[in-house]
Amino acid sequence: MSVVTQAPGAGAVHAPGPVHGAGMALMDVSISFGDFRAVAGIDLDVRPGEFLCLLGPSGCGKSTLLSAMAGFVPTSSGTLTAEGTPLVGSNRDAGVVFQSSEALFDWLTVRQNVSFGPRMRGASRAEQQRIADEYLSLVGLGHARDKYPPQLSGGMRQRVQIARVLANHPRIVLMDEPFGALDAQTREVLQRELDRIWRTSGCTVVFVTHDIDEAIVLGDRIVVMTAGPAAGIKTVRDVDLPRPRSRTDPAVIALYEELREEIGAEVREALRGQGLEADL
Amino acid sequence: MSIVDREVPQFTAAMSSRRRRGGAGLALVGRYAVSLGMGVLVWYLLALKYGPALVSSPAQTAEAAWDLLRDGSLIESVVASGRRILIGWALGVVVGAPLGLVMGRVRIVRQLLDPYIEFFRFIPPIAFVTLAVIWFGLGEASKIVLIFYTSVFIVTINTIAGVLSVNESKLRAASSMGANRRQTLTWVVLPSTVPHIVTGARLAMGNSFLTIVSAEIVAANVGLGALIWQSRNYGRIDWVFVGIITLGVLGFLFDRVLRLVAGKLLARYAVKL
Repeated sequence: MSVVTQAPGAGAVHAPGPVHGAGMALMDVSISFGDFRAVAGIDLDVRPGEFLCLLGPSGCGKSTLLSAMAGFVPTSSGTLTAEGTPLVGSNRDAGVVFQSSEALFDWLTVRQNVSFGPRMRGASRAEQQRIADEYLSLVGLGHARDKYPPQLSGGMRQRVQIARVLANHPRIVLMDEPFGALDAQTREVLQRELDRIWRTSGCTVVFVTHDIDEAIVLGDRIVVMTAGPAAGIKTVRDVDLPRPRSRTDPAVIALYEELREEIGAEVREALRGQGLEADL
Repeated sequence: MSIVDREVPQFTAAMSSRRRRGGAGLALVGRYAVSLGMGVLVWYLLALKYGPALVSSPAQTAEAAWDLLRDGSLIESVVASGRRILIGWALGVVVGAPLGLVMGRVRIVRQLLDPYIEFFRFIPPIAFVTLAVIWFGLGEASKIVLIFYTSVFIVTINTIAGVLSVNESKLRAASSMGANRRQTLTWVVLPSTVPHIVTGARLAMGNSFLTIVSAEIVAANVGLGALIWQSRNYGRIDWVFVGIITLGVLGFLFDRVLRLVAGKLLARYAVKL
């Protein structure tokens, strides 16, 4: 029986030593690709140890913003600092979980995928295996360690990605719609899992999603973005609800309705940009 | 088992489909036999119509093949040509793949070498036969160099295409996990590119067979190409037929072995053949 099926928070969780979550600051950040302005004028503080959700319609530049935080794409203007220092090149504090499990290395076993980071840093073979096994058991995949990613389901592959990132002790985890390609049930289970893991790890999480439910269940704060191009921040909402959160909690439902209202205008705007009139 | 623990039965499905293919194997062999039989029949009819001066009949060709087998010259030719092809081709892969990896990863190297690759790949090896003999002598070297020449560019170009199509999120994942450029090349780019390298190697093998005959035009005493050229001088159309058919069969066998070995050894790199 895997850890996933336990009630959230139940039982002793095998947790690695807590890390100190890293903070980031974005001041008037804009990102352009040639003439295309993806995001513009972003002011945002990512607080150490928080779970921050970036919520917005598809194509609003959430992922672009996340890529900039990871150091994958340069900012066109403004300043982006990680722990007070301007970010140059790849963000060494950050681990990235991608939406597509294409990011996994299909030619390596699950265990070798998870020990990739330690291996690159020159950890001994025994150390690599110890770390890999530790984080695989954290995501409930100890039994699948000798399999290859193509042998796993979509949900298992995303858990491998999460384990692989955590094995590097990142102080900030950047997640780009990690559960976006999964079915609704698997997605809910993994959200509970992520909530549990995050609470035991102490790292900061920036989580991109277009799913309002997901943002409410997971986020300490929800950043609602405006429709692109030149997307900006519409509002920032605090979610002050006890964890683990349930979708059926009246407070969650009330917040859902508010956010739906808020984001509805942006979705309509985004769809209009794609030539669709929608009545939401 | 929870729903997220369910495994994709993809591998099992692949295995059972292989078993099904095994069952259908007999039918396939049957079809090949029919196809072959029809080919020989057409060949027989053509030989009947045009006579032995133009077309050697299946029976005459078989007889000639038997003669050449018995005096050892056919085996000798196969070994000589096969050896040249294998060495030249292997050198082409061993040089072409790393060259393609570096050209694919380092823009400046790609830009510096690209004009030459694009220039030479359009010049057929036969154009270089004379130069090869002058530069590398009458021995094995000149033939191997020509086979190498015909192999290396296609492997390089396929490898570059493979490097350029490596999934961006794999590269980003590697870099965010602390891999430097060299580590990324070894642990991510190379494994991702293996299917492209194998495709390049297969095409190069085809090119090698196309080239071996011209490589053996001048100054080769043994080899299938030499056999074909010398038979012309003796007016032995039947030997020419033997040489051509042996070349085709040998190429088919080499490709089969390559596919089998690559498919087995490199399966986890998603090599599909």
